[in-house]
Amino acid sequence: MTQNETIETHTVAVLVDNEAGVLGRVIGLFSGRGYNIESLTVSEVDHHECLSRINIVTTGTPMVIEQIKAQLGRLVPVHKVRDLTSEGPSVQRELALVKVVSTGDRRVESLRIADIFRARVVDSTNESFVFEIVGKTGKLDAFIRLMEPLGLTDVSRTGVAAIARGADSL
Amino acid sequence: MSPMKQHRMSGAEIVLKALVDQGVEVVFGYPGGAVLPLYDELFKQNHIRHVLTRHEQAAVHAAEGYARSTGKVGVVLVTSGPGATNAVTGLLDALLDSVPLVCLSGQVPTQLIGTDAFQEADTTGITRPCTKHNYLVKDVENLAGVIHEAFHVARTGRPGPVVVDLPKNVQVAEGAYIQAHEVKHKSYRPPVKGDAAAIERAVEMIAAAKKPVFYCGGGVVNSGPEACAKLTELVRVTGYPITLTLQGLGAYPGSDKQFLGMLGMHGTYEANLAMHGCDVMVAIGARFDDRVTGNVKGFAPGAKIIHVDVDAASINKNVRVDLPIVGDAGSVIDDMLAVWKGKGLSPDAEALGQWWRQIETWRARKCLAYAASDTVIKPQFAIERLYAATKDRDTYITTEVGQHQMWAAQHYRFEAPYHWMTSGGLGTMGYGFPSAVGVQVAHPDSLVVDISGDASFMMNMQELATVVQYGLAVKIFILNNGFMGMVRQWQELLHGSRYSQSVNEAQPDIVKLAAAFGMTGLRVDKPADLDATIARMIETPGPVLVDVHVDPAENCFPMIPSGAAHDNMLLGELVGGHGPKVTAAGKGLV
Repeated sequence: MTQNETIETHTVAVLVDNEAGVLGRVIGLFSGRGYNIESLTVSEVDHHECLSRINIVTTGTPMVIEQIKAQLGRLVPVHKVRDLTSEGPSVQRELALVKVVSTGDRRVESLRIADIFRARVVDSTNESFVFEIVGKTGKLDAFIRLMEPLGLTDVSRTGVAAIARGADSL
Repeated sequence: MSPMKQHRMSGAEIVLKALVDQGVEVVFGYPGGAVLPLYDELFKQNHIRHVLTRHEQAAVHAAEGYARSTGKVGVVLVTSGPGATNAVTGLLDALLDSVPLVCLSGQVPTQLIGTDAFQEADTTGITRPCTKHNYLVKDVENLAGVIHEAFHVARTGRPGPVVVDLPKNVQVAEGAYIQAHEVKHKSYRPPVKGDAAAIERAVEMIAAAKKPVFYCGGGVVNSGPEACAKLTELVRVTGYPITLTLQGLGAYPGSDKQFLGMLGMHGTYEANLAMHGCDVMVAIGARFDDRVTGNVKGFAPGAKIIHVDVDAASINKNVRVDLPIVGDAGSVIDDMLAVWKGKGLSPDAEALGQWWRQIETWRARKCLAYAASDTVIKPQFAIERLYAATKDRDTYITTEVGQHQMWAAQHYRFEAPYHWMTSGGLGTMGYGFPSAVGVQVAHPDSLVVDISGDASFMMNMQELATVVQYGLAVKIFILNNGFMGMVRQWQELLHGSRYSQSVNEAQPDIVKLAAAFGMTGLRVDKPADLDATIARMIETPGPVLVDVHVDPAENCFPMIPSGAAHDNMLLGELVGGHGPKVTAAGKGLV
């Protein structure tokens, strides 16, 4: 009975009925059982069928990850649970809005780095920029880190949206 | 079908009709402002009986007792706010012990939700982690469907409690009724059949075992008496030993020689050592609870584990297993028997003989033995005499929580399922008496005994009024040691016998208490008088409260102390004295 104790990061997609309280059930499950939520996104994806998709990035030992999926699966309004990390390759994207307040060289430098990262300027004043950046979590982390000494004041991130590569659907 | 042509009725009428269509015969509850339309509808009909408890917690436990002694769904009706919050302990109790319940709660009118209205509580929010599922019905047109769905969710898969929160304006609004068969759930699909290939592999593992043990629990009982009969057949064709969890007692005949007794923290020496030493463990409808496994690091080190459970989340939760099978216990056992017979399998007779000889040496320790006394009633003796006096009758036993509960589990033998009601997962003191109310309502002509403790009894003793009102002949058999016995036992083991708040002072005179409620009260303190008192308790019509003064110093053994594994048991002094000391790490465990 050897147990692999390494901590892994998994992205789990959950298809649920879009009904009152369903997000509370999912979040309550994580907090009540002491599981981690690194990122969470939720939005309706099928208006006709009233279905929402929740993407959760979580960490834990393989046994805990399996337990999380089983616990999610037994929630009554849950239709499907997919582990996008262990079930083949997936695309993961996050969007961030990043506000930088600065003037002079620091302002120019922030614009230059934004260009390297292909971040767009979506709002501008004489002393501020709001950048929009899309990419993997790591890319956003790196961009934000570089903006810190350049007048970073606000960050708003969406959390991870993820989908399996290839023809397979949830 | 156009809604205009359907018969319209009030929300309260819809609820009552749905309950009748679901086969409900009795509802346990307590009225209040937010459920008055429902109570008025109850008043106007004669199909469903209402049993008025004296506290909402007791209503839920009564419904649990009803459910667990019949296999049906128990139904509770409480008002909003404090009615619902009082029900919470019972709901969580039912969740942890997988008891099918539907609890209808009143709610303030939808337009007042969120305004901190009188007796408003966020009932669905509060009960979300205490239920299998819950609903807030805001539109009367959804009401019938939700009630039918609630019963379906409560009774299927791993059973559990379901709350339906009913705003008062929904109870009076008019809507259409739909039948249960018109409701199809979009996502809820509980598993039934186990994977055939996995079952075949499991049976091959079982047949090849040299030191096997069956470890079965409440999941088999929940699957029904037929599943228990099939389990008994499977265990007998293999000739293997079986141990049962606290909730599993009765799933296999308790007096059978292949039964090793209960396992776990207060399980038998032979059951725990068989678990520790087995090479193949067949776990069916049991969830590897910490009270069962002890320290998981030292749990069954040489075992290949097969785990059958209807709840996929119970598999690989606490202990990693080798062969998981998700499915209903009865269905999987049936398939296992078919494979065993189809392949003409037989056990390894030589290995099995050796294994049984080993088990018999453990059994010979007689781990449940205690020092008999003719001056003071030993609590174990009281249970033994109760068992002797009631075993040939149709007897149902409920318990509270503590030492008396463990002694009952150890010394009373259950031959059939549905006859043993105890709070295992949540460990709710005050469960047994109201639970016995529900059992007696379901089985009016049977003998129903709540084996109680003096501390637990006080937690729901208001139900004396209930048993007197309805003439329920519940017998409350209090093992009175003047302590919260299990708390005291742990304080002796872990905290230098400093009895911090565990002494029950200012105890009521139980006989006078019974008289005050208009029922019979008995007291006994001499071993020689015990049998006569038990006989009087059984023969006296109506409810009886029995105050059995037992040895206040007696403790419950064997015991696996916190942090220890199955091979590390504390035994009673008569059985070779004490075992391991509790480690520093164990002291921090529950």
